[in-house]
Amino acid sequence: MSVTGLSGRHGAAPRHHILSVLVENKAGVLSRVAGLFSRRGFNIYSLAVAPTDEDERFSRITIVVDVESAPLEQVVQQLDKLINVVSISQLAPSEAIEGELLLATVAVGPTERSQVIQLVGVFGGEVVNVGGDQLTVMLAGRPEKIDDFEGLLENYEVIELQRTGRVALPKLERQPTRSRPIAGAAG
Amino acid sequence: MQLTGAQALIKSLEMQGVEVMFGLPGGAILPVYDPIIDSSIRHILVRHEQGAGHMAEGYAMVTGRPGVAMVTSGPGATNIVTPLSNAYMDSTPLVVISGQVATQSIGTDAFQECDITGVTIGITKHNWLIKDVDDIPRVVAAAFHVATTGRPGPVLIDMPKDISNSPMEWYWPTSVEDLDLPGYHPVTDGDPAMVRAAAELVLAAERPVIYAGGGILKARAAAPLRELAERTGIPVVTTLMARGSFPDSHELCLGMPGMHGNYTAVTALQRSDLLIALGSRFDDRVTGKIDAFAPEAKVVHVDIDPAELGKVRRADVGIAGDCRLVLQELLGALEALGLPGGGEPVAGSPAEGRPPMGPWWDRLHEWQERFPLHYREPEGGAIKPEMVVETLRDASPVDSVVVAGVGQHQMWASQYWRFDYPYTWVNSGGAGTMGFAVPAAVGAKVGRPDRTVWAIDGDGCFQMTAQELVTATAEQIPIKVAILNNAYLGMVRQWQEMFYGERYSEVYLSPDLPDYVKWAEAMGCVGLRAESPEEVAPVIEKANGIDDRPVVIDFRTDAFEKVFPMVPAGASNDAIVVHPDQEGRPR
Repeated sequence: MSVTGLSGRHGAAPRHHILSVLVENKAGVLSRVAGLFSRRGFNIYSLAVAPTDEDERFSRITIVVDVESAPLEQVVQQLDKLINVVSISQLAPSEAIEGELLLATVAVGPTERSQVIQLVGVFGGEVVNVGGDQLTVMLAGRPEKIDDFEGLLENYEVIELQRTGRVALPKLERQPTRSRPIAGAAG
Repeated sequence: MQLTGAQALIKSLEMQGVEVMFGLPGGAILPVYDPIIDSSIRHILVRHEQGAGHMAEGYAMVTGRPGVAMVTSGPGATNIVTPLSNAYMDSTPLVVISGQVATQSIGTDAFQECDITGVTIGITKHNWLIKDVDDIPRVVAAAFHVATTGRPGPVLIDMPKDISNSPMEWYWPTSVEDLDLPGYHPVTDGDPAMVRAAAELVLAAERPVIYAGGGILKARAAAPLRELAERTGIPVVTTLMARGSFPDSHELCLGMPGMHGNYTAVTALQRSDLLIALGSRFDDRVTGKIDAFAPEAKVVHVDIDPAELGKVRRADVGIAGDCRLVLQELLGALEALGLPGGGEPVAGSPAEGRPPMGPWWDRLHEWQERFPLHYREPEGGAIKPEMVVETLRDASPVDSVVVAGVGQHQMWASQYWRFDYPYTWVNSGGAGTMGFAVPAAVGAKVGRPDRTVWAIDGDGCFQMTAQELVTATAEQIPIKVAILNNAYLGMVRQWQEMFYGERYSEVYLSPDLPDYVKWAEAMGCVGLRAESPEEVAPVIEKANGIDDRPVVIDFRTDAFEKVFPMVPAGASNDAIVVHPDQEGRPR
C-alpha cells in the first residue's frame, strides 16, 4: 500500500468505524482476527495491538473498519464468534478521541532543513534523529492532523514514512463513557 | 497419578465418553497410538485420512455426538483438511487430533511439519496447538465443549510429539469455568419480546412457510417443529441439510426447496408473505438470486449463530437462540395469544382473527398436482437413476440411513427417498465434497449399527474414496453402496449440456473402467450389477439380504438423465425449469 494511498484513505474515511476488541493474549490471535477480515471480505483501514494494563491475560486490538465493505453488525458478529475474542466495544468517530503516531525520514538539503524543522515545530512534532542530509521526524496526534502533516511533507523527498494506525478511547463529555459494549456477553 | 501427555490425551477422550475414533498413525502421533492398545475406545484404522474425517462426520450426523478422528502431522493433517472444511460448512461437531513435530522443531521445516493450526483457522470453530503438557485435559474438555455447544462445528488439537512424551500430573476439569474460555458464551434461549413479535407475525400471515434448516436437527427440535406446523397448519419445506427433520409423508410437508427442489417448495417460498426460517441460513442454493428471493415475505429468523441473522436477508424478527428452546418459547407465545395445542383459536383471543390457511393450501395443492417430481419411464434398456432410488426406498426399512456424495445422485436421493425420520440423511451440503458417501456411510453404520445404511453414490464420487470399503470389510462394518453409474461426472455434464452448448469438456469417465464389481470383490465386498430395469429390484433384494459384509451394486444408469426441476445458477427462483414433459402445461 502506498503512503499516499494510506493518507488519502485516512483523510477521507467517511464511513469508518472504530472497534475496540478485547482478546485473549494468546499466540495466533492476531492472525485469527486478520484472517477473519480477509476471509469475509471486510476491509480495514488500520489495526493496532497492545497489551492491556488491567490484566496480562488480555490484549486490546483497535480496528478501524470500512463499513462500506460490510455492515458493521455483521463484522461485529463474525468477530465475536472467534473464541479468543472476549468483548467488542464500538466507537463512532464522533464519540471517540483518536490518536496516531507518524515517523518519517526526509531528505533535506541546506534550505529544506530549516523548513522541515519549522514545519515540525508548527505541528508540535519532534525531530528525533539528525543525519548529514536527512532528518527523522515524529508526530503524534489526531489522525486528521497527521494527514495534514503528511500532506505537507510530500513537498519534500520522503525516504520512509510509517504510521501506527489509530487507537481510540471514548470521548469524555458529561457522561463518563460513551463506549458501548455491543457483544461479548452473548456470543 | 502421573501420566504421559499421550496417556492423558487418551484418558481425556475416555472421560469425554468417546467410544470410537477413526484414524491412521504416523511419526509425530506415534506416542498417542501406544495407549490406544489399552483403551476402551474402539479405533478404526482407515486407509486415507480423508476417510477418517468423513467417517467421523457420518458418525456425528446420525448420533448427534461429536465425531473423533486422529491423524499424524504434515500430510496426515492436510489430508483431513477437506473433512474439516466440510464439517465447518455443515456445522457438524468434530474433534480432530493431529500429531505435530516436536516443539523445538516447529518452524524449522522439519520432516512432516505443517502449520496445521494456521491452515485450519478459517475452517475450524477453533483450534489449539498444545505447548504445555499440563494443558491437555483442559484443552480436550474445552475442545469438546466448543465443538458441541452453540453452533456446532469442527475443532482441531495439534499435539507436538515431545508434549505427548512428557510427564504430567493427571487432573480433570470439573466445570466450564475451568476451561479458560473467557470469550465463549453461546446463546441458548431467545429474547421473549422477540419471540412474542414472531408469534404475532405468524398469526398475521396469509401465506406463511416454515423454512426448516439443518439447525433443527442440530438442536434436536423435530418434535417442537412438528407441533408448530400442526398447531398452525403452516406448510414446511426442509432444506437439503434438514431432510428428515419433518416427515416427508406428512400432509404439511412440501419437501425440499432450492436449486433442485420441487416446484411447490420453491414456489411456496417465492410467493410467501412470511418465511419462518428455523436453523437455516439463506444459502444461495436455496434462495437463487437473492434480490429476487421471496420478494413479498417478511422474515422471522431463528438461529443459534447471531451472525446468521441478517447476513444474507434482513430479518423482520431475528432471534438468536437454540431452535428447540426458541420453538418451545414460540409455542408458549402462540398459546398466550390464543392458539393452544390442537390449533383451535380461543374465542375472543388475538388468534381468532387469524387469516385462514385454506386459500394458501389451495394454491399449494394446485402446484403439487401440476408439477410433481417427474421422470420419464425407461424406454428400452437404460435404467433411470430415479427409479433405482425409488426401488431402494421401497425395498429398505423405513428408518434406513441414506448417505450421498455430491452431484446428480445426491439430488435424486434427496428428491426420491422418503425421509420420515430425523438423522436418516447424511450428505455433504455446504461444501459439496465429492467422495463423501462411502466413508460417511461407514461412520454412520458405526454410529447406528442397528440400521440399514445405504450409500447412494455416483461413479465419479465412488472413485475418490472407495478404498474405505477395505476399512469397512476389515472392521466388519456392513454398509451397502448403490453406485448410480452413468459413466460421467453427471452434474457437470448436465451443466455443459444446458449452459455450455453441449460442449462436453473432461466429464466422461467410463461405465466399466474400473470394473466396479471386481473392485468391490477385491476389497472384500459383495459386488453386484444391474444393467436393465428388470434387474434393479432383484439385485436390491439380494443386497438387502446380506448383512455380514459390505455390498456394492453397480447400476448402469441412463447417462443422459438430468436432474429436474432446476433453477439455473444465479437466476431467480421464478425461473425454475421443470421437466420437459411438464413444460407445455399451464403454470
